[in-house]
Amino acid sequence: MASTADVSGLTELNGPPEQRSDDAHGYYTPAPEKLVDAKAPTGLIKDRWTTRKMENRLVNPANRRKLDVIIVGTGLAGGSAAATLGEAGYNVKSFCYQDSPRRAHSIAAQGGINAAKNYKEDGDSTYRLFYDTVKGGDYRSRESNVYRLAEVSANIIDQCVAQGVPFARDYAGLLDNRSFGGVQVSRTFYARGQTGQQLLIGAYQAMERQVAAGTVTQYTRHEMLEVIVVDGKARGIIARDLVTGEIETHLADVVVLASGGYGNVFYLSTNAMGSNVTASWRAHRKGAYMANPCYTQIHPTCIPVSGDHQSKLTLMSESLRNDGRIWVPKNKEDCTKDPRDIPEEDRDYYLERIYPSFGNLVPRDIASRQAKNMCDEGRGVGPMVGDFRRGVYLDFADAIARLGEDAVREKYDNLFDMYERITGENPYQVPMRIYPAVHYVMGGLWVDYDLQSNIPGLFVTGEANFSDHGANRLGASALMQGLADGYFVLPNTIRDYLADGPFEQIDESHPAVVEARTSVEERIDKFLSIGGSRSADSFHKELGNIMWEYCGMERSEDGLRKAIDMIRELKAEFWTNLKVLGTADSLNQSLEKAGRVIDFIELGELMCIDALNRRESCGGHFRAESQTEDGEALRHDEEFAYVAAWEFGGEGGLPVLHKEDLIYTAIEMKQRSYK
Amino acid sequence: MNLTLKIWRQKDAQSSGAMQSYAVEGISEDMSFLEMLDTLNEQLNERGEEPVAFDHDCREGICGSCDLMINGQAHGPEVTTTCQLHMRSFSDGQTITIEPWRAGAFPVVKDLIVDRSAFDRIIQSGGYVSVNTGSAPEANSVPAPRDKAMRAFNVATCIGCGACVAACPNGSASLFLGAKITHLGELPQGQPERMSRVAGMVAQHDAEGFGGCTNIGECASACPKEIPLDVISQLNKDLRDALRAGY
Repeated sequence: MASTADVSGLTELNGPPEQRSDDAHGYYTPAPEKLVDAKAPTGLIKDRWTTRKMENRLVNPANRRKLDVIIVGTGLAGGSAAATLGEAGYNVKSFCYQDSPRRAHSIAAQGGINAAKNYKEDGDSTYRLFYDTVKGGDYRSRESNVYRLAEVSANIIDQCVAQGVPFARDYAGLLDNRSFGGVQVSRTFYARGQTGQQLLIGAYQAMERQVAAGTVTQYTRHEMLEVIVVDGKARGIIARDLVTGEIETHLADVVVLASGGYGNVFYLSTNAMGSNVTASWRAHRKGAYMANPCYTQIHPTCIPVSGDHQSKLTLMSESLRNDGRIWVPKNKEDCTKDPRDIPEEDRDYYLERIYPSFGNLVPRDIASRQAKNMCDEGRGVGPMVGDFRRGVYLDFADAIARLGEDAVREKYDNLFDMYERITGENPYQVPMRIYPAVHYVMGGLWVDYDLQSNIPGLFVTGEANFSDHGANRLGASALMQGLADGYFVLPNTIRDYLADGPFEQIDESHPAVVEARTSVEERIDKFLSIGGSRSADSFHKELGNIMWEYCGMERSEDGLRKAIDMIRELKAEFWTNLKVLGTADSLNQSLEKAGRVIDFIELGELMCIDALNRRESCGGHFRAESQTEDGEALRHDEEFAYVAAWEFGGEGGLPVLHKEDLIYTAIEMKQRSYK
Repeated sequence: MNLTLKIWRQKDAQSSGAMQSYAVEGISEDMSFLEMLDTLNEQLNERGEEPVAFDHDCREGICGSCDLMINGQAHGPEVTTTCQLHMRSFSDGQTITIEPWRAGAFPVVKDLIVDRSAFDRIIQSGGYVSVNTGSAPEANSVPAPRDKAMRAFNVATCIGCGACVAACPNGSASLFLGAKITHLGELPQGQPERMSRVAGMVAQHDAEGFGGCTNIGECASACPKEIPLDVISQLNKDLRDALRAGY
C-alpha cells in the first residue's frame, strides 16, 4: 500500500506530463489543445460514482420504450448491457457476427473475476482492489474509472450468483475464492477454468429472457460496417446480413459498441478467429478517437507455434508457473536434443537466475520478454519457425519428483491433456514447451467517464474502450470490466444522454444515411472487383509478422519506422492485388475477411505510430531505448503520463494526437521492481 | 500427408447440395482439422474456386461454433470439438468425408454451415433465472451445497455445439435440454421457475422439430464436454413433476 494513500482525491500527486522527445515527428499532427474534458465528477474519489449517478437525469419508464438502443457485440459487456437496458424497458437491437450471442469470445476466458468482497477477511477493500489495478496497469489508466470498477465489483458477483452462475463453493455452500496474478488477497471468484464461459452464459440467458419479453431483438450473423452520424450524433449503423449479403440500415437514438479487442491484428493471438476491429475502426474513421492503440498484453504461457499453417494460439493457464520450472539449454547446439538428455548443468533456469526473489513467478510482461530474449539469442527449442525456434521449456520433472505424478495430475490434469492433444507430446514425460502470445489489448476507443466516445451518442464498453487497464492488464480484471460496464455503469450513464431523446426522426433517405450506406456498398464492390492474386488471409499473415516483429514485446525507433513503411506498402498492395471470389449477395467468408483485414492494416499503422511516439517502456510494451542499466523496463511518468487519443486524419492524411493528462490524487506513482 | 476430402457443397438453403472430392497435399500432422481446411481453402482460392464455408471461431474448444460430421461422426473420431481435433488422428492417403450437422431442426445455410438458432429459442422459452440487474441479494445469503454446485457446473459446461443432436438417430436435443434443466435445477436460484422452465423448454424443443429421446445414448458419447446421459433422466423427472403440477 502506498504510505501516502490519500483517498480524499483533492490533492494532485503528480504534475502534468511534458513530453520532451518526439520520435514520431512527421508521422502525426499534434493537436493544439490538451484533451481536458473526461467529465469525471470532482471531489472525493470514493464519492464520484455516487455523485454522477445522482447528477444524471432519469428517463420515465413510459418513455423508455420509445427510445431505440443499438448494441454491437454480445460478449460480457454487450450481452449484459442488452439484458439490463432491455429490462429497463428500452427498445434494444443487439448485433453479433456469430450464429448465436453465446459464442462471443468472452466465453474463452479461463481464470476468474475479481471482486472486493473481503470474504476471507484478509484485508481486501474497494481501495485495495483499486490500488492493485492502477499499479498493475503501470499507472496508465484513469483513476476515477478504476475506482468505480472496484466499487461495483461486489455487485457483479451478487448478480451472477442470482442468475445461477455455478461459481466454486466451499463445504458450507458459500462462495470460494482464490488469489490470482501475484495479488496478496484472495479476491478471485471462479468456475473451475471456465469462468468466462459461465459468466457469459449468465449474461446470454439474461439477454435471451429479454428477447422473449420483446425488449431485445437479436440480429445474429450480422456485421456492423459503418456508423451513421447525423448532425454530429451517432444515430445508427449500417450492417451486413452475413447470410443473405443484404446491406441493412438500422437507426436508433444511441449506439453502443461492445465489439471486443483487436489482438488479431497480430494474426496469431489467443483471440477467436472472428474477433476484429472493424466496428471500432469504422467509428474511428467517422471521428471517434482511438486511445493508446499500441498497448497490447502478451501472455507468457501459450502453446508455441508449430508451423506456417498455424491459425491461432492457445493459452495455458498461468497457474502452471507455480510448479513448473522454466529453462532453455545453455548451449545452442543442445536445442535440438531431447530435453531429457540435457544434464542439469547445461540448463539455464533463466528466470530463477535473473530474478532470484520472484523466479518463475515474475509478472506476465517480464516472463514474456525474457522468453523472447532467450529465443532471439538462438537458445529457443521446438520446431524452427522462420529463423528461430520459438519455445522455452516449462518443466514439471522436479514437481513430479517432489509431489508425485498423482498430485501433479490432480492439480493440472485438464491442462496437461489439452497440451497433449495439441502438441502430441506427453508433458508428464517430456517438458512442455511454451512461448508468449498476444492475449488482450488495453487500447481502444477513447471514452469519457460516462463511457461515451467523443462522438455524442456513441458509447463504447468492455475491451473495445481503453479506460480501465492502463498499459498492462492484471489477471481476472477483464471479466470484471466487461460486466461492470454492461450491468452497472452504462445503464446509469446512458440514461443521461437518452433523457434528451427521442431525437429528431430521420429516415433512410437522410443524406448521412445514404452516404454511409453507399460507402459500404462501394467498399464491398471494390473488394470483389480488384481481381488480384492474393487472399485476404495472406495479407493478414504478413501484417501479423510485421506487427509481432516490430510492435510486439520489444519495440525500437528504427524497427517501428521500418514497420510503418512495410505496412504502407502492404496496404497499397492490398488495394491492387487482393483476390476475393464469390458474390456480395450470399454468405461469403472471404469477403468478410477482406473487410476486416484492411481495417487491421490501417490500425496496425496507427499502432506503430503510437508506439513510436511513446518513448518509454510501460506494461507489456518494452521500448529498447528506455531501459535501466540492467535491462529492465523504464517508465517516464514526467513525459508520458498521458492518454494518447488519436483522431483520424482523413484518407492519406496524418493522424492527430490529442493528449489527456493522467493526474493521480489517490495513488502515488512508483516504479515496479521484481529483483 | 496427402488426403482425399469428400465435402458437402451446397450454395444456399434453397439449392440442393452434393458431395465433391478434393485432393489436399502437404498436410502436417500438427495441423488442427480446421487448419487443414484453411489449407484447402487457400488452394481453392488460388485455383479460382470458391472456398468451402464452415463455422468456427475460438479454435480452443469452448465457443461451440465448429460443427462438422467427419466420417459420419460428430466432430470426428476423438471426443473433442473439431477445432481441437488434429491431423495426427488420420493417416496418409486416407479419404475423409466431411458433412454438415445432420438434423431437420438444423437446416443447412451453406456448404458445411447449419442454422442452430433453434437452441437460442429454446433458451428464450425458459432457460434462465428471472432476476433483473440490481435486484440480486448478497451472494452468500443463499448457500448452495457444494456437491450440487459441482454437478451444476459439470453440466453447465455444455457449449451448445449441437453434436448431441447431430449424433442422435432421432435428431433429439434432449441432452442439450437436460444439461440446462439440470444446471439451473441443482441450484437454489433455479427453484422458483423450475416447473415452468422445463415445461416451456420442452414445448419449444418439440415445436422446433427436434425428435424425441429413445435412450440410445449416442448424444452423450459424441458430446465433446462429456455431459452425462443422466441429465436426460433429470429432464424427464422434472417434466413429469411439471405436468403433474399442471404446467
